[in-house]
Amino acid sequence: MLDFSILTNNIDLYLEGFKYTIIASLIALIASFVLGTVIAVMRIAPLKVVNAIGTVYVEFIRNIPLVVIVFFIFIVAGISGTAAGVLGLTIYTAAFIAEAIRAGIMAVPKGQLEAARSSGLTYGQAMRFIILPQAIKIVIPPLGNQFINLVKNSSVLGIVAGFDLMYQADLVSSQTYVVFDVYIFVALFYLVLTVPLSLGVGYLEKRLGKTS
Amino acid sequence: MDFMGAYSLDHLSFLMEGFWVTLKVAFISIVLSFIIGSIVGILRYARIPVLSHVLAFIVEIIRNLPLLLIIFFTYFALPEIGIDMEITSAAIVALTVFESAMISEIIRSGLKSIEKGQIEAARSSGLNYYQTLRFVVLPQALRRMVPPLVSQFISLLKDTSLAVVIALPDLLHNAQIIYGQKQSYVVPMFLIIAMMYFIVNYALSIIARKLEVKRV
Repeated sequence: MLDFSILTNNIDLYLEGFKYTIIASLIALIASFVLGTVIAVMRIAPLKVVNAIGTVYVEFIRNIPLVVIVFFIFIVAGISGTAAGVLGLTIYTAAFIAEAIRAGIMAVPKGQLEAARSSGLTYGQAMRFIILPQAIKIVIPPLGNQFINLVKNSSVLGIVAGFDLMYQADLVSSQTYVVFDVYIFVALFYLVLTVPLSLGVGYLEKRLGKTS
Repeated sequence: MDFMGAYSLDHLSFLMEGFWVTLKVAFISIVLSFIIGSIVGILRYARIPVLSHVLAFIVEIIRNLPLLLIIFFTYFALPEIGIDMEITSAAIVALTVFESAMISEIIRSGLKSIEKGQIEAARSSGLNYYQTLRFVVLPQALRRMVPPLVSQFISLLKDTSLAVVIALPDLLHNAQIIYGQKQSYVVPMFLIIAMMYFIVNYALSIIARKLEVKRV
């Protein structure tokens, strides 16, 4: 049976880790959404050079491990583990978000833009009122999935002393000489974050799927 | 930055040894998790009472946990209840458990994406349940599953690097040993291992894209 005193005696450390995991994930989410949107726009821009930069970023970052990115930043930039983790997460996730956004925009039929333009809207208006509202519907579920991945991936902070849940788990298990129970409780903390998110994504997938 | 020193023959062959471990562990885990994931996905698709629900529960839990936690758990926590594995097996077991859950979802949603009319048509033209699955549902579903399966395999290959936390002697681990000797080796090491991961994964993604185009 699980020894709940492990949880109650170390609740401060668990909550500290929980806080860091949430904050790191939120910062990385906002930053990677901004960066990802910029890269997605670069990838559909008519300028070839801009286009190529976006493509190289996405293809390169998507195909190397997150840990490699985080370690590299941590060692070379000489910043704290938390900062290196958040920066690494942002750079990594932005590539996936860029792809999701680009796919969403591309999924809106071309005729929509042409129709909007020929009915007198400017390019900006057509994007704002016709294309983007439709694209967002398509993009929200994959973005939700990326956020879940982001929360799970934030555990790499633990390897570079980033004070998150994984890091605190390491600390608690080295103090109590118990590993099994410590990690079960950490798992519960992660599930508290990720399960509601994935249920939400599932719900949105169904609802948005029906209306479109 | 000391590229000449960092890329000495000794270092390169040491890196290749690590890369071989990465590929080996990834390949074994891919095969195992494809088999287990397919079985779980099909069992869930078949809606067997109780069993499907139990599997759904387990898959949801595993999918929503960080792989890093599963790796730690497998190697450091399981010995406390009498399950002791050496590093490579622990890495393979942890990767397989996690990726099986992911793959089972791909298989299940691929099967689910086949329209009901297809199944009804097959059944009413005299095929039994098993034949319908084998000749109508699976061939169509498999084509839809290829792209997400390949990107899951790419994830798995990248995820192997997480096993550095249990000192699996993979590509990243061996690179760490090399740049641990000298500060000036750090950048060259990261450049070369990033390229190694990139080349294999990019090749995989190109194959996936080819397969996707063919289906039309």
